[in-house]
Amino acid sequence: MESGPITGPVLTDAAAGETPLRPTDLSGVPAKPNPALAAGELDGTFWRRFVFRRPLTALILQRLGLSVGLLFAVSLMIFGGVEALPGDFATTYLGQSATPQAVENIRKDLGLDRPWSERYLTWLGGAVQGDFGTSWASKNSVSEQIGNRLGNSLFLAFFAALISVPLAVGLGMLAVQFRNRMPDKIINVISLAAISLPEFFIGYLLIMVFAVQLGVATFPATVYDSMTLTERLSAIALPVATLVLVVLAHMMRMTRAAILNVMSSAYVETAELKGLGTFRIIARHAAPNAVAPVINVIALNLAYLVVGVVVVEVVFVYPGMGQYMVDAVTVRDMPVVQACGLIFAAFYIFLNMAADILAILANPRLRHPR
Amino acid sequence: MPELLSVKNLKIEATSYPPGEPPKVVTLVEGVSFDLQKGKVLGLIGESGAGKSTIGLSALAYGRGGCGITGGEVLLNGKDILKLDRSGINSVRGAHVCYVAQSAAAAFNPAHKLGEQVIEASLRHGIMNRAEAQKRALYLFRVLGLPNPETFGERYPHQVSGGQLQRAMTAMALCPNPELIVFDEPTTALDVTTQIDVLAAIKHAIEETHTAALYITHDLAVVAQISDDIMVLRHGKTVEYGTTKQVIEAPKEDYTRALVSVRQTKRDEATDQSGTLLKIENVHAAYGNGFKVLHDVSMHLPKGQTLAIVGESGSGKSTLARVITGLLPPTEGHITFEGKELPRTLKGRSREELRRIQMIYQMADTAMNPRQTVRDIIGRPLSFYFSMHGARKTERVKELLDQIEMGSRFLDRYPAELSGGQKQRVAIARALAAKPELILCDEPTSALDPLVAEGILNLLMKLQEETSVSYVFITHDIAIVRAIADSVAVMHRGRLVRFGPKSKVLSPPFDDYTDLLLKSVPEMEIGWLERVLKTRRMESAGN
Amino acid sequence: MNVKSIPISAWIGIAGIALAILCAIFAPVLAPYGERDVVGEIWMPAGGDFLLGTDNLGRDLLSRLIYGARTTILVALAATVLSFALGMILSFAAAVMGGFVDQLFSRFNDLMMAIPTLIFALVVLAVLPQHLWILILVMAVLDSTRVFRIGRAVALDVAVMEFVEAARLRGEGSLWIIFREILPNTLSPLLAEFGLRFAFSILFLSTLSFLGLGIQPPAADWGGMVKDNKDGIIFGISAALVPGAAIATLAICVNLVVDWLMKRTSSLKGGRGDA
Repeated sequence: MESGPITGPVLTDAAAGETPLRPTDLSGVPAKPNPALAAGELDGTFWRRFVFRRPLTALILQRLGLSVGLLFAVSLMIFGGVEALPGDFATTYLGQSATPQAVENIRKDLGLDRPWSERYLTWLGGAVQGDFGTSWASKNSVSEQIGNRLGNSLFLAFFAALISVPLAVGLGMLAVQFRNRMPDKIINVISLAAISLPEFFIGYLLIMVFAVQLGVATFPATVYDSMTLTERLSAIALPVATLVLVVLAHMMRMTRAAILNVMSSAYVETAELKGLGTFRIIARHAAPNAVAPVINVIALNLAYLVVGVVVVEVVFVYPGMGQYMVDAVTVRDMPVVQACGLIFAAFYIFLNMAADILAILANPRLRHPR
Repeated sequence: MPELLSVKNLKIEATSYPPGEPPKVVTLVEGVSFDLQKGKVLGLIGESGAGKSTIGLSALAYGRGGCGITGGEVLLNGKDILKLDRSGINSVRGAHVCYVAQSAAAAFNPAHKLGEQVIEASLRHGIMNRAEAQKRALYLFRVLGLPNPETFGERYPHQVSGGQLQRAMTAMALCPNPELIVFDEPTTALDVTTQIDVLAAIKHAIEETHTAALYITHDLAVVAQISDDIMVLRHGKTVEYGTTKQVIEAPKEDYTRALVSVRQTKRDEATDQSGTLLKIENVHAAYGNGFKVLHDVSMHLPKGQTLAIVGESGSGKSTLARVITGLLPPTEGHITFEGKELPRTLKGRSREELRRIQMIYQMADTAMNPRQTVRDIIGRPLSFYFSMHGARKTERVKELLDQIEMGSRFLDRYPAELSGGQKQRVAIARALAAKPELILCDEPTSALDPLVAEGILNLLMKLQEETSVSYVFITHDIAIVRAIADSVAVMHRGRLVRFGPKSKVLSPPFDDYTDLLLKSVPEMEIGWLERVLKTRRMESAGN
Repeated sequence: MNVKSIPISAWIGIAGIALAILCAIFAPVLAPYGERDVVGEIWMPAGGDFLLGTDNLGRDLLSRLIYGARTTILVALAATVLSFALGMILSFAAAVMGGFVDQLFSRFNDLMMAIPTLIFALVVLAVLPQHLWILILVMAVLDSTRVFRIGRAVALDVAVMEFVEAARLRGEGSLWIIFREILPNTLSPLLAEFGLRFAFSILFLSTLSFLGLGIQPPAADWGGMVKDNKDGIIFGISAALVPGAAIATLAICVNLVVDWLMKRTSSLKGGRGDA
């Protein structure tokens, strides 16, 4: 049931892709592991029989396991990698003029005199329970700070996704409908330009036009606890617009490619030759097969969105995780940097995993094994 | 009797968009006319690029990938379907005219059950209600000989075999009771023993339902079994058009005559059994994952002769070639070459040992580096094995080009600028350049059109006479075995079924598998299908 | 290759890149004022002596833009070349050696890619001292994960082709197979990939500089110039938008060329060689 042999000079699909920016740029999680290999690691005839009988469940369990493992490795890297790099935090902390005695004291205070494996385990144990220690700069609990700001960041990302996803899918379908005609070409050129714009440029451009010249939006986008939902929404209007613009072009181009792929398949031709109407072909024959790749595209772009908030928050002085992290990096407040890094990576890994699992779920070959 | 389908002076053009150049219009089909009566079958035959699929799709007023019907008429029951609007065409497609594609695996929607897809057109066109459609689908599954017809429709496309899928596609086309079905190479992608079953099922179903058909194929022997009339096409134009009997038994045109007589050459086997070149003894082999692909295979090949290894896909014949080359070391057994045991792995072999065994692949396209010229491709073995350089090397390359009947004007061409047959010739020259004693030929002609393939076979035989090189020739095609082999090995599921001189292997008494294999190869003879179905002993593996 | 077959969009891209490179090379000649010279009031409007106005310290914006091209392109290019060298060597090594080496490299690469690039860079730059070469190295290492992935896929794709098998059967060594059989067939996609990585490097460098973690003042670079002048936005002063537009334009130009290279690559598929 495989397609015919490849002829001619070989170029990978990835390399000959539709757009200059491909999913590989956005997704962090690697291609699927070799099932035989992963099964071998867990071993046991039980697992092998399970894979054979319930391949779908087995694959999903495998993805979940892989993600947890990946997250663990990432935590090790964020903590251990930081330790391995040169630079003495105590000196940084106190400044160059500190006396050796003061450095020694501060090392003890921060717990830097203990072996790193011990500190890692303490840190990881705390992190699992949601305790990331105290900030070196403010002496406050990191978790408390993050708690507030994470909510703000997710609030921003949520509304950006709410607007960008339907818009991107709609525009992608429009581009397919008018393939190789004017609307498609215009969308193509604009989206090519849009993926080349840095987030901060879009952000300041929007501020310049809407907040300064027209005066219809607010800047900076400050939010605080006593604000009503409407006030909050109006405060985040510009940052959301920036995020939407940033993520829209990617998502649209990938959606277009995914739908085009399905529309040019042999089974859609079969449906046409059955004399079915356009609507029925799209709804019944194209959509069930296009849903999986499109959902995959969306999940990958949401992962990108989570990272995109970092720059946008800085531009709009929005009190979220991203700004918190950038500030911490500037003053080298390591507990905060590590906590933020781990949380961002966790979201990223989780969304990539969701993309993979959705793709697995949508594959009829796996849903209905032989 | 009124004509069901009448195609008049058809012209089909395609627009291509070469990058950076103005769009080009290419004429694919010109001046093709034919008539088809109710319940009759017309075979459209030709090589690749003859325009036969394009003509077949015109019966559904459909142009694939930028093709457009730009002239002529397609009359269905006297009405020109090319003049219909979108909804008018949709009421013809899937109701009056249905289509069976070459690759059923791709043509079925992976997301829906087979049964739903089979009855879809009947329901959407209001031809029958669900219960009636399901009843008819069940009937068709039975007629087409599908296993468990009651539950077959509950399965998904990926859950059934290729041969079954092809029959399910036929059921899908027959379900709405159409007046005409277009079969587009429905058996080409199948193994030869499966092909005969599908062919028989299609023929039976057409007769049962009195449906007319356009049957498109490149294999004249296949179409001779099923059609009433035959149209031979070449480069988008009609070469010959007549009854099947006339075309097969008394072809008028040279081109048709060549097609009919292709592969009828038979060579007598060499009798000299002295001087064994290659000896394979009790070879077992397995893939890296432990899957066993060869079980206890032994055979031998005398010097200057041809050993044909014949079998279907999955028989292990190509794996055996990989074992001989050292790409896949055997897990057990020995391979002796000129009385000396060959090292098992590629790495263990000396340059001299490698030189003496060369290989020719099925796809000449992928077997040559697209970034090298013919001069580089043929010249590399010369400099690698014989340290030839400069003018001496060029001279030798020219000599080799003459030997493969191509000539020195091809020296600086790239593979992409050559035709399929020319590419395969260059591949042969590359093998010859090493002055080997043995050439492994892995289906070197099966991707080529019949006349081109015949040219390659003749070239190989000529070269054997000139240089007394030996061949191991891997093929699925019994006709080729008859044409060129001295000894024959029949393989099935990784085991050797039969081995010996050609005359012995290809004459009775047969074992069951060889009997099935021999009887599955279509012969250029009307009525062959019926005769064979009555006499064969074993059901094919495709079920 | 036919010059006429290059589409207009690609010409625009090539022209834009050429202009930026000219600015970078001849910055001292082209710039009307010095890179760090305070020559006027702060945030003077465009026109008059200062074609694009002045920045937050009263330096000539145009001059800094021209000098900025130098820093931005140099650093981005250095990072791209380095990441490419690193990624290609490791990926081809993985593809040709296979087995344990391949597994080790690939799994480690997967791990690196599981952390978003920007987050990774933030964590690492929080620890490391601020030097230009460290910045280039960090950018290169992070980017090389993407190159590794593409390089390995392309190399594996070609490595299973029968002409490579034919070369192995002939007894050719690994070097011949890599440089004469595989590499010539992977140039086109890899060239496109190089352009893509370069565009990404420009954006990434600008983002880091904008966040205050890239190139350190007073050296001019486009991302840093946006950061310097961002406070003017609220007063309606567009000084921050000028370098922003420069980044965007250069990135668009590179992407236009990449777009063409990719289309060319895919139209070569199964078609004629570009002889």
